[in-house]
Amino acid sequence: MQLDAKVPGGPLAEKWDRHLFELKLVNPANKRKFEIIVVGTGLGGASASATLAELGYNIKAFCIQDSPRRAHSIAAQGGINAAKNYPNDGDSIWRLFYDTIKGGDFRSREANTYRLAQVSNNIIDQCVAQGVPFARDYGGLLANRSFGGAQVSRTFYARGQTGQQLLLGAYSSLSRQIADGKVKMFPRREMVELVLINGKARGIVVRNLITGEYESHEADAIVLATGGYGNVYYLSTNATSCNVGAVFRAYKKGAFFANPCFTQIHPTCIPHSGDYQSKLTLMSESLRNDGRVWVPKDPGDKRRPNDILESDRDYYLEKKYPSFGNLVPRDVASRNAKEICDGGRGVGPTGYAVYLDFADAIKRDGKEAIEKKYGNLFDMYQNIIDANPYENPMMIYPASHYVMGGLWVDYNMMSNIPGLFVLGEANFSDHGANRLGASALMQGLADGYFVIPYTIGGYLAGTSFQEVRTDHPAFREATGEAEGRIKKLLSIKGKRTVDNIHRELGQIMWDYCGMARNREGLTKAIKLVQDLREEFWENVIVPGSDTDYNLSLQKAGRLADFLEFAELLATDALSREESCGGHFRDEYKTEEGEARRDDENFCHVAAWEYTGYGKPPKLHKEPLVFENVQLSQRSYK
Amino acid sequence: MTQGKKTINITLKVWRQKGPKHKGRLESIPVKDVSTDMSFLEMLDVVNERLTLEGKEPIEFDNDCREGICGMCGAVLNGIAHGPEKGMTLCQLHMRKFSDGDTIVVEPWRSRAFPIVKDLIVDRSALDKIIQAGGFVSMATGGAADANAIPISQEIAEKAMDAAACIGCGACVAACPNASAMLFVGAKISQLALLPQGKPEAAERALSMLGKMDDLGFGNCSNERECEAVCPKEIKITNIARFNREFIKASFG
Repeated sequence: MQLDAKVPGGPLAEKWDRHLFELKLVNPANKRKFEIIVVGTGLGGASASATLAELGYNIKAFCIQDSPRRAHSIAAQGGINAAKNYPNDGDSIWRLFYDTIKGGDFRSREANTYRLAQVSNNIIDQCVAQGVPFARDYGGLLANRSFGGAQVSRTFYARGQTGQQLLLGAYSSLSRQIADGKVKMFPRREMVELVLINGKARGIVVRNLITGEYESHEADAIVLATGGYGNVYYLSTNATSCNVGAVFRAYKKGAFFANPCFTQIHPTCIPHSGDYQSKLTLMSESLRNDGRVWVPKDPGDKRRPNDILESDRDYYLEKKYPSFGNLVPRDVASRNAKEICDGGRGVGPTGYAVYLDFADAIKRDGKEAIEKKYGNLFDMYQNIIDANPYENPMMIYPASHYVMGGLWVDYNMMSNIPGLFVLGEANFSDHGANRLGASALMQGLADGYFVIPYTIGGYLAGTSFQEVRTDHPAFREATGEAEGRIKKLLSIKGKRTVDNIHRELGQIMWDYCGMARNREGLTKAIKLVQDLREEFWENVIVPGSDTDYNLSLQKAGRLADFLEFAELLATDALSREESCGGHFRDEYKTEEGEARRDDENFCHVAAWEYTGYGKPPKLHKEPLVFENVQLSQRSYK
Repeated sequence: MTQGKKTINITLKVWRQKGPKHKGRLESIPVKDVSTDMSFLEMLDVVNERLTLEGKEPIEFDNDCREGICGMCGAVLNGIAHGPEKGMTLCQLHMRKFSDGDTIVVEPWRSRAFPIVKDLIVDRSALDKIIQAGGFVSMATGGAADANAIPISQEIAEKAMDAAACIGCGACVAACPNASAMLFVGAKISQLALLPQGKPEAAERALSMLGKMDDLGFGNCSNERECEAVCPKEIKITNIARFNREFIKASFG
């Protein structure tokens, strides 16, 4: 099957405007005749639901949390990029586009990434108008800070809670539409099946997490904005409920999964401390603006950090990458930390940590200035580690944080299943093989506020629909499948808990499919995952029943999907015989140890098609064509 | 640094309730060898693993981000919402704040407006309904003016941010003897009334959100300040004062 990205013609900078003009419109009076389902209420989902409802469509929105305000976008700390060039430091749409495509190691689609940069400025305007309290300078204008992978200051922020404030902005717009009756909100629902009728996405089956009942919902189009699969590593910075379920259901119904091996390991997280650990906490990357990363030069140096002389410290990022220093992109920072620790120079009780030191910044700007910028992060650190980061350097280590891979979508954000749209982290399109800091919030809101409202209209106006009701056999069949799975999980009554098996899966993925991968390890991982999956279906114990709130049962269903998905991730990593961005293969590196791409053979999107349980997935390639940027070896030296 | 191998033994007295219509009770669960580096929720995870393997039903509790921002978690520990540490959600509380031999009574939020779903889980959808009654700026997507068109003094922006930091966890309601949501409502009203973008609708918003709060069965404010004491984001009751001013302006202005 030939994947058609439907990228409009014409010069890059004019593509989106031209496309907006060429897209068919839905007459205002007709919009109210269409029903759209939006799954997920994070930045992508909430902004899409609100905006589509404002346009007049009837929306049904679903989330697994008790309130749409709690989606994991809320935890994003650092900020959101936009090409406003308020600081007058030479930023532009083109530069934001270029930084993003370079940061992604030339594995994203040029036209999508350009559009993202283009609408970035509208996002800031929109959010300010909603009452998002961004940080401001003394003159009352918006403040900016710099972030990894960029040499301009283009990141807008609200203390260390930018994601929260942006999400609450989108949630407030969503709430207004709920009050108007244009959005019907269904919280505490988990999507358990996608329903296709005549080849089009026409509905979903959800499970009511309070009552355990299955509910069928029909629509003219389905939007998935269900986030990423970083919890495949078990320990991650993701919220505990983040899962691959909804997109995996779609994959099993024929939607292609693109670049699943592009995962992001974030460099600045609080290190792991014990077996009971349930998650790893992110310390915003913005800390790298003022913190200096170092380890002792001598692996045997066990002195307390403040007792180690300047001359005995190795500021390895500053040394190796003089022009970007501590602000190299995430993948580069993470991999260097891993190399240092694997080489025996890590610090802290486990030896898997490096220092992030604020002593110089405090000396330069004063404690108060640092407290104002990062106070809440320092408090968070102190609370978890029980050490004062104003007095001692922080200890940090990389952790699974974000995934660039996701369902394949075209320029309109539509998957290869007609009527199934995918937004935000759940799709694959804009970040290539590595995402730059402060770009996830930008993408979620770009997709929801400024892309889907137009492109979905083009689909609805250009498609003929038959009436579909939930008594259609396809809904009954989907419900039966979902219910069968749930009943099966409860019936196994084995000896290992869901979390126990998930931890093992996470360890396999972290060891063989984490920051560095190789053929041998990936082959081994695939076998280990298969075996673990088999054990899961024979030996898992799921307590309770399926007729009331049962978190263990929810987690078991999600783990079942992760156990299948993990194999797909490793398969993709194995087949991509190059290093790019977050995907680093030991076999493919430069003499200096940096990622070595293979543009001749791998300058494509790997889109995988499901062929049946336990069968190898089928690979489809979308070639990436670069008409405007020169592919280069990424260098941050 | 106190990172080490310290462990303690504790006894949980935890609220168990099958569903909204069932009768609840406190169940006593001894927990041995709790690492003090664990978070409170990780301790509950360990207990739940044990209960599961013993063929019992685990303790249900809401949680998600586990870093104090999503507002999903919460329980009353020994009578204090979110536990003994100030300015902290339950998920951020670590076991090093407890001592060997402690008994910890763990209960759900209690309020007429928050029916119990199961064990420690309550239904807080009433808070969403209050926001739907006016906790927004009525502007549609597209066509917003340039973000720097209206300068906002740093002081105002900071105050608005202080109020906007609310995570909607409901601890203020759980702590209030009247089960009032005034701190929650006051914070949203303040954020939007302070900013020029929210001013045009300030009066209507105050009336409408307060009316909704009353309708949903929340009590009123009698200046107990319990809400402020337990708020994990340390939102000040000056926000309630600001709300009252908006309300008076709206009623008599």
